[in-house]
Amino acid sequence: MIEVINLHKSFNGQEVLRGINLKVNDGQALALIGGSGRGKSVLLKHIIGLLKPDSGKILIDNEDISKLRGRKLKRLKERFGMVFQGGALFDSLTVFENVAFPLREKTRMKASQIRKTVFEDLAEVGLSGAENKYPAEISGGMKKRVALARCLVMNPEIILFDEPTTGLDPLIGKAIHNMIRSCQKSYKFTAIMVTHEIPDIFSMVDRVAMLYNGFILAEGTPEELQNSKDPVIHQFIHGELEGPISIN
Amino acid sequence: MSPILTLFRIIGAFVIFVIGETGRMGIFLAEVVFLIPFPPYLFGRVIKQINFIGVKTTLVILLTGTFTGMVLALQIYFTLSEFGAESRLGPIVALALIKELGPVICALMVTGRAGSALAAEIGIMRITEQIDALDTMALNPYKYLIIPNLIAGIISLPLLNFIFVFVGVWGGYAVGVGLMGLSSGTYFGSIRDFVDSADILEGLYKSLSFGILITWISCYKGYFTGYGAEGVSKSTTQAVVMSSVTILIWDYFLTSILVA
Ligand SMILES: Nc1ncnc2c1ncn2[C@@H]1O[C@H](COP(=O)(O)OP(=O)(O)OP(=O)(O)O)[C@@H](O)[C@H]1O
Ligand SMILES: [Mg+2]
Repeated sequence: MIEVINLHKSFNGQEVLRGINLKVNDGQALALIGGSGRGKSVLLKHIIGLLKPDSGKILIDNEDISKLRGRKLKRLKERFGMVFQGGALFDSLTVFENVAFPLREKTRMKASQIRKTVFEDLAEVGLSGAENKYPAEISGGMKKRVALARCLVMNPEIILFDEPTTGLDPLIGKAIHNMIRSCQKSYKFTAIMVTHEIPDIFSMVDRVAMLYNGFILAEGTPEELQNSKDPVIHQFIHGELEGPISIN
Repeated sequence: MSPILTLFRIIGAFVIFVIGETGRMGIFLAEVVFLIPFPPYLFGRVIKQINFIGVKTTLVILLTGTFTGMVLALQIYFTLSEFGAESRLGPIVALALIKELGPVICALMVTGRAGSALAAEIGIMRITEQIDALDTMALNPYKYLIIPNLIAGIISLPLLNFIFVFVGVWGGYAVGVGLMGLSSGTYFGSIRDFVDSADILEGLYKSLSFGILITWISCYKGYFTGYGAEGVSKSTTQAVVMSSVTILIWDYFLTSILVA
């Protein structure tokens, strides 16, 4: 179980997170929505331990990831996977090597086995034939899919997706959503997915949380949020320009 | 505010920055060195970085070494001939190369060729979140990015230095013997008489420590780069400037320790 308790974080005096409280049960998929630049990526980076909170706790099965060090921290991180917003592919490695990298470094799999796994994995995200290209030679959408493949190949228990389908065409976006959902159903990983794909996302997650002004404004089932009377949530979900949220 | 106060403020800020930066760099090096004994040992990456830092600098070292030896011989020959001491040309050229010019020029060449590239490469990996990606895979970025470079620097610099001195002495030979008509026996014979193992060790200590300095500073600057392309370009410049200056300052202190 992931529990974020009263998390605060500022950058150079700018308060980005101002007391986040969030709970995600094992095996659940949670969509994290909210305006651009509101701190969704920052929140994910806290959950996986890349950023340290100014105050508050991030408990993963009752262990505070921001306080762990050394081997314990390593073991906890091994349960995680993260798909970065920009892909974060290793640009000196080919697509194949990128996906093979965690297998080569973290498992004792044989080369032939790795080859087979990586090819299957890449086929699943629709990237057969791009194995020998370098990240600089493929499109932004392809990078996202490679990043996804690199993460899924390790079968982590908890996966944090930072906008896995933003910038993909609608068909591939849907296919990726379905793939994530079916993987999530069969492997039962816990997922937190930052996304702007509203309302598509509602059909594929168990819970939705909305980040607004540094707080979790609301958390509930997709139906609850869609039927919410809160003017902010209503405005955001229905994409209306008139309302309490100002774009500037 | 009065100009005097402003001046003190600037000086104070600078001193605080220098002390802080030295401390951060020291902690960085200590953390990196502490990790070296623990697995995984990434020999493949060390070889790759030796190729990058060392092998690919060889041509530059061959050229600069030869011409440094040649110009040195040319300058010194005319000075010596005023005292009729031309026969000392060999040892003077050799000692200058072994103790000073070899280590220092090699280090400056490596800084220009590889130090800047290291800072840029690691900096770009930082701003494109590749370092974060390593971290989230529970792999230690120091193991993958810093330690191989540090070890490669320690191995490469002495070897490059050896090549530099070797071709430099032959460059001096070309000028002294080929151009000025010294006898070959005088040139090499007197080198053997005057150069001893302490001189060679001095050169070795220098190039070893320069190997650490260059990779340490360049990796640090890249690893803690600022934001965006501007951050990386700043880090790259700082890596080169700071390495070059530190090499010369450290050279003086190391010499004074070794001489004493
Ligand atoms: N390392 C950092 N240093 C300083 N400020 C940062 C840093 N990371 C994020 N911020 C600031 O925190 C705020 C939230 O950024 P974040 O990337 O989390 O937004 P986001 O919700 O993911 O937006 P988007 O949907 O556009 O990806 C931004 O105002 C950003 O400027
Ligand atoms: Mg983001």
